[in-house]
Amino acid sequence: MYVAVKGGEAAIDNAHRLLAEARRGDQAVPELSVAQIREQMALLVDRVMTEGSLYDPDLAALALKQARGDVVEAVFLVRAYRTTLPRFGASAPVDTGAMSVERRISATFKDLPGGQVLGPTFDYTHRLVDFALAADTVSESAAEAEPRADAGTCPRVTDLLAQDGLIEPSPRDDGTPVGDLTREPVDYPADRALRLQALARGDEGFVLGLAYSTQRGYGRTHPFVGEIRVGTVAVEFVPEELGFAVPLGRVRLTECQMVNQFKGSGAAPPQFTRGYGLSFGQSERKAMAMALVDRALRAEELGEPVASPAQDQEFVLAHCDSLQATGFVEHLKLPHYVDFQAELELVRRLRAEFERKADAVEMQEAAE
Amino acid sequence: MSAAIAQRPESEPGYNFAYLDEGTKRMIRRAILKAIAVPGYQVPFASREMPMPYGWGTGGVQVTAAILGRSDVLKVIDQGADDTTNAVSIRRFFAKTSGVATTTRTAEATVIQTRHRIPETPLTEGQTLVYQVPIPEPLRFLEPRETETRQLHALAEYGAMHVKLYEDISRHGHIATTYAYPVEVAGRYVMDPSPTPKFDNPKMDDCPALQLFGAGRERRIYAVPPYTRVRSLDFEDHPFRVQAFTQPCALCGARGHYLDEVVTDDSGGRMFICSDTDICETRVAEAAR
Repeated sequence: MYVAVKGGEAAIDNAHRLLAEARRGDQAVPELSVAQIREQMALLVDRVMTEGSLYDPDLAALALKQARGDVVEAVFLVRAYRTTLPRFGASAPVDTGAMSVERRISATFKDLPGGQVLGPTFDYTHRLVDFALAADTVSESAAEAEPRADAGTCPRVTDLLAQDGLIEPSPRDDGTPVGDLTREPVDYPADRALRLQALARGDEGFVLGLAYSTQRGYGRTHPFVGEIRVGTVAVEFVPEELGFAVPLGRVRLTECQMVNQFKGSGAAPPQFTRGYGLSFGQSERKAMAMALVDRALRAEELGEPVASPAQDQEFVLAHCDSLQATGFVEHLKLPHYVDFQAELELVRRLRAEFERKADAVEMQEAAE
Repeated sequence: MSAAIAQRPESEPGYNFAYLDEGTKRMIRRAILKAIAVPGYQVPFASREMPMPYGWGTGGVQVTAAILGRSDVLKVIDQGADDTTNAVSIRRFFAKTSGVATTTRTAEATVIQTRHRIPETPLTEGQTLVYQVPIPEPLRFLEPRETETRQLHALAEYGAMHVKLYEDISRHGHIATTYAYPVEVAGRYVMDPSPTPKFDNPKMDDCPALQLFGAGRERRIYAVPPYTRVRSLDFEDHPFRVQAFTQPCALCGARGHYLDEVVTDDSGGRMFICSDTDICETRVAEAAR
């Protein structure tokens, strides 16, 4: 009885073995390779990299395999690995203006330098289940367009607007080192760089829900998608001893620049404001949601009332991390015997007092 | 650091002694020193992602990893017991990553990591008790904002807490907080003792051992140095009182220990046994001799 209640070492070992067996599933079905996950579950891999804050498609794919496809668990594996990696510095800011663009759309201008490039998108597909996919298929290769005359130049929409002063300027890099919320505890109020870090790592579903709430009146921001672009950019690092940038490689990113209405204040003329989103791989939903919440969180800076959850940085930053959230929610399945015992004792005592009082009232009524 | 790994073939290859790198340990030790210098004050620290989930004791694990030395003897308990699954898991983690000796005997341990209990065996000088803490802020459920609660602590403005306890009395006739019962440390900071039953609060007062508290998800460390006054909040006419059990432990016969209620059948059968497995097993073994 006693041992059964308290669990034990053998139970843990057996549970781990059972988990390994369940992960593999039916042995008659061929095992998934990491390369298959990386290539064919690419958007899932991108999400794990984004929320895991680590650009490594192979590691993310392996984590997904180990996690049986559970996104949060895979993010957890990637983060726990990331935390042990040495850090030798910060890269130079990546130039998304020089992105090798695979997809680039603007909802604010019909055509613009660099053009609208649809790229691989679900946007205009009919969501009909393609039963042909159930059988192994060889997909048709896509058609290739003639390069446009202005190919290779793809200025950011926000830069075009900035030329006319219609949008607030992008904040200047004043050389202040950017904080790192994985190395320093967040001190409220957090600056925009830290907020963007938290949002980039934040759970896609949570950030999406917050973003949606701003569209439904809880901190309205009047957004337009200035631009979404997906493609690869070069990552460069400036070693102190060399003093010039050395390329480290290329990463695929999704960048979203929201353009938001702003009526102006005493200090600032009426102009558009910015909301910014950036994610690893192709993660448009995440980048867009992030940009909306980023703008909502700037309410105080722009002199707007802070009244809704998406505008409240303590609320957003403290609750957007899926690992923190899942950890604390799921820890409820750990034993709480001793606290529950304390509550049992209290409830029993309160009930006894309640009954004593009820009895006393009854006796009094009977006596009257 | 690499030399340290080479010297310890019995600990996990590829990781530093006790998992964390030395830079992280130094950062945590600084936070611990500050916490000891300001008893009951919550020191922010750059909590790391650990290979176990938040809520499973990542704060306690980081504190233990930062203070563990090669000659330490580690005990890990959850709900007072050494054999609960999470206690087993954390004890194994340190056995694997540090190779230190582990024990279930309270008296033999130099470092005891705990969740929800303080051992019944009185702690001694030189021992360190590391608590796993879910919500370090005693005022959190009265005021959800960190910016506000930090200010309340700075001003020692604890009126809201007293009002909460008073409301309990006016509604129920007594204070209805049974665990995580707030304490005042060294006459200054109000502190959350972690969700230990209030039964254990008196053990914190004037304790010869060092008490460290780690909250990983909330990124806070706090401490009660040895021989520090820890007072459970109360009122003159409603003094602090701990839970009392009417029956002794069904296994060792002890009275005055915190007991777990075990449901033995589906017709109301109950059995009360010590939550502290070490002291219970020791007493049973002594009785058998």
